[in-house]
Amino acid sequence: MTKFIAKRILLSLATLFVILFILFLLLQFMPGSPFNDEKLTAAQQAVLMAKYGLDKPFFIRFWIYLQNVVLRGDFGISYAIKKDMLVSGIVIARLGTSVRIGLQALLLGVSLGVLFGVISGSKRNTWMDSMATVAAVIGVSIPSYVLALVLSFVLGYKFRIFSITYQVDQPLWSSILPTIALSFFVMAQTTRFLRTELIEVLASDYVKLVDAKGVARPKVILRHGLRNAMISVITILGPLTVNLMTGSLVVERVYGIPGIGSLLVEGIQVNDYNVIIMIAFVYSALYIFVNLIVDILYGVIDPRIRVAKGG
Amino acid sequence: MDDRKERFNRVQLRDSKQQEMLVGSTTPFLKDAWRRFTKNKGALVGLVAIAVIFLFALIGPYINEHAYNVLDKIHINLPPRIPFLEKLGIFDGSEGNYNPYIEKGFTNDYFWFGTDVLGRDLWDRVWMGTRISFYIAMVAVGIDMVIGIGYGMVSGFFGGKVDMVMQRIVEILSGIPNLVVVTLFVLVLKPGMVSIILALMITGWISMSRVVRSQVLKMKEHEFILAAKTLGANSFVILFKELLPNIIGQIIVMTMFSIPNAIFYESFLAFIGLGLQPPLASLGVLIADGYRAMITHPHLVIFPTVVLSVLMLSFNLIADGLRDAFDPKMKGF
Repeated sequence: MTKFIAKRILLSLATLFVILFILFLLLQFMPGSPFNDEKLTAAQQAVLMAKYGLDKPFFIRFWIYLQNVVLRGDFGISYAIKKDMLVSGIVIARLGTSVRIGLQALLLGVSLGVLFGVISGSKRNTWMDSMATVAAVIGVSIPSYVLALVLSFVLGYKFRIFSITYQVDQPLWSSILPTIALSFFVMAQTTRFLRTELIEVLASDYVKLVDAKGVARPKVILRHGLRNAMISVITILGPLTVNLMTGSLVVERVYGIPGIGSLLVEGIQVNDYNVIIMIAFVYSALYIFVNLIVDILYGVIDPRIRVAKGG
Repeated sequence: MDDRKERFNRVQLRDSKQQEMLVGSTTPFLKDAWRRFTKNKGALVGLVAIAVIFLFALIGPYINEHAYNVLDKIHINLPPRIPFLEKLGIFDGSEGNYNPYIEKGFTNDYFWFGTDVLGRDLWDRVWMGTRISFYIAMVAVGIDMVIGIGYGMVSGFFGGKVDMVMQRIVEILSGIPNLVVVTLFVLVLKPGMVSIILALMITGWISMSRVVRSQVLKMKEHEFILAAKTLGANSFVILFKELLPNIIGQIIVMTMFSIPNAIFYESFLAFIGLGLQPPLASLGVLIADGYRAMITHPHLVIFPTVVLSVLMLSFNLIADGLRDAFDPKMKGF
C-alpha cells in the first residue's frame, strides 16, 4: 500500500512538473507582448523586457521560473490587472471565495444526488425513478451558465428573492444562486452514477443473501447496497471537480463573484499572462490533488483494488 | 415481459428432436440494438428534436427576407414578432407595455426572433449558430473516430512497452484539466474555428482511447482472434476486420457522448470571450452577447439558450438510449 501511494504521489508530482513546463512553453507563444502600450518605442520595450528578464534564453528563464515557483510560490507580477503586484497575492486573495462556493456546490450536489440516486435505484421503474432520471439527464445536459442566467433572471430579477449579483458583505446569502447553478450538474451526475451502481449491487448475490435472511428492505438498501455503491461514486469526484472549475469560470462571471474564475476571464481579456498561467496551474494542481486523494481513498476503502494493483 | 406467453410454446417432452431445434431466425446485433433503441421514448424524442433542429439549421436562414450579417441602423433591439401568433397575444412584438413595431411604424415588419443591438435578424443568427454547433459536433466525431480509436487499438493490441509508454502519455495528458488545455490553446492560437477544433483535438480523444483499449484488451484473448492469427492474418486485418466490428457498440456510444461535450466546450469558450469572431456567431457567442442585455431585451438570450439546451439534451438522450441498447447488462430493461 505504501508503495502504491508513493508511486501515485511521484506520478502526480511528475504531472505537475510537465504541466508547469507546458504552461511556461505556451507563455512564450502567447500573442502580443505583455506591454501592449503603443506609445512605447522599441528601446523602451527592450528596457522593460530586460527588467522582467524576458530577454534571456528559454531554458534559463524556465529554470529561474521553476525556482521562483517551487521555493517561493512566486508566479511573477501582474502586467495589467493590478500593475506590478505579485500574481500570487492577487490569486490567493480570491481563491477562498471560489473554493468556498465550489465546496458548497459539491456538498449540495452530492447530498441531493445520493438522495435521488438511492430513491431512483431502489424503486426502479416507478414514477419517482422516472422523475429523477429525467431531472438527471437535464442536469448533465444544460450548461451551468444557462442555469445561472435562468436563476438570476427568474429568482433575482422577476421575483427579487435573491440579489442578481454577488454581494461581498453578504457572502452566504448572495452565494445561494451560484451554488445552486453549479451544483445541478454534480447532483445529476451523482444521481445517474449511483443509480446504475445501486442497481448492480442490489442484484448481486450477497444482497440476495441478506434479502433471503429477512433483513428489512431499508436496511438492505442503505447498509449493504448504498455502502458498496458509494465506493464507486468516489471515482467521479475527479470529473466533478473539473466541471465545478469550468462552471466557476462562467458562473462567477454571470454573478460578478470576485473569485479566481472571473479573474482568469479578466486575465484572458487583457492578456495578463502571469495571472492566466498561475490560475491554470492552481486548477491543474487542484485537479491532480483530488485525483490523488480519490486513488488513495479507493485503495484504502476497497481491499479488492489493493490486491489487484499489487500495492 | 407481457408477451412471454406468445413467445413460448409448450414442447412435448418425448419429442426430443423438436426440443433441440431452434425456432425462429436470429436477430443481427445491430438490428437488435436498433429495436431496443426505438423502444426508448427519451431517445426517440431526442432523435426527432435533433432532426427538427437540423432541418431549421439547414433551411432556416433562407425562409425569411432578412440576413444574419446585415447591419440595420433602424431596426435595432426589436422583440420577436410572428404572424398569426401575434393575434393570440404572444410574440406580438411588445416588451411589457411598449411595442416598438407600432411606436416606430414598422407595422409590416416581422422579425420572428427579434433583432439584436446592431439590427441583425436573430432568427437567421440562431440557425447560423446552430450550423456551427453541428459542425463542431461532426468534427468531434471525426476526432474521436480517428485519433481515439487508433490510439486505443494500437495501445491495447500491441501491449508491452508500446502500451506502457502510450498509457503514461495519456495519464499525464488526462492529469491536466480540459478547461486549462482548451482555454490556453485557443488563447495562444487566437480565437477562431481552427483553433477551437485543434483544442478539441488535444483533449477530445482521451476517453475514447481508454474505452477502446480496455475493450481490445478484453477481446484479444478470445478464441476467434487466435483462430485468425493461426490462419495467418496480419495485425492490420485482425485490428480492423476482427476487433473493430466487435467493439463498434461501445465506440458508437462514446462518440455520441463526445458530441454534447464538444458543443459545450465551444459555447463555454464563447462565453469567456474566446469564441468565434464576427460576423460568424455560434450559439455560445449569441448567449454571451445577449446576456448583458438580458433584463431589457430577454429575447436576445432566450432563443439561443433554448436551442442550445434542447440540442445538448437531445444528444444526451440519444447517447443514453444507445448505451442502454448496446449494453447487454441492461438488456430487457
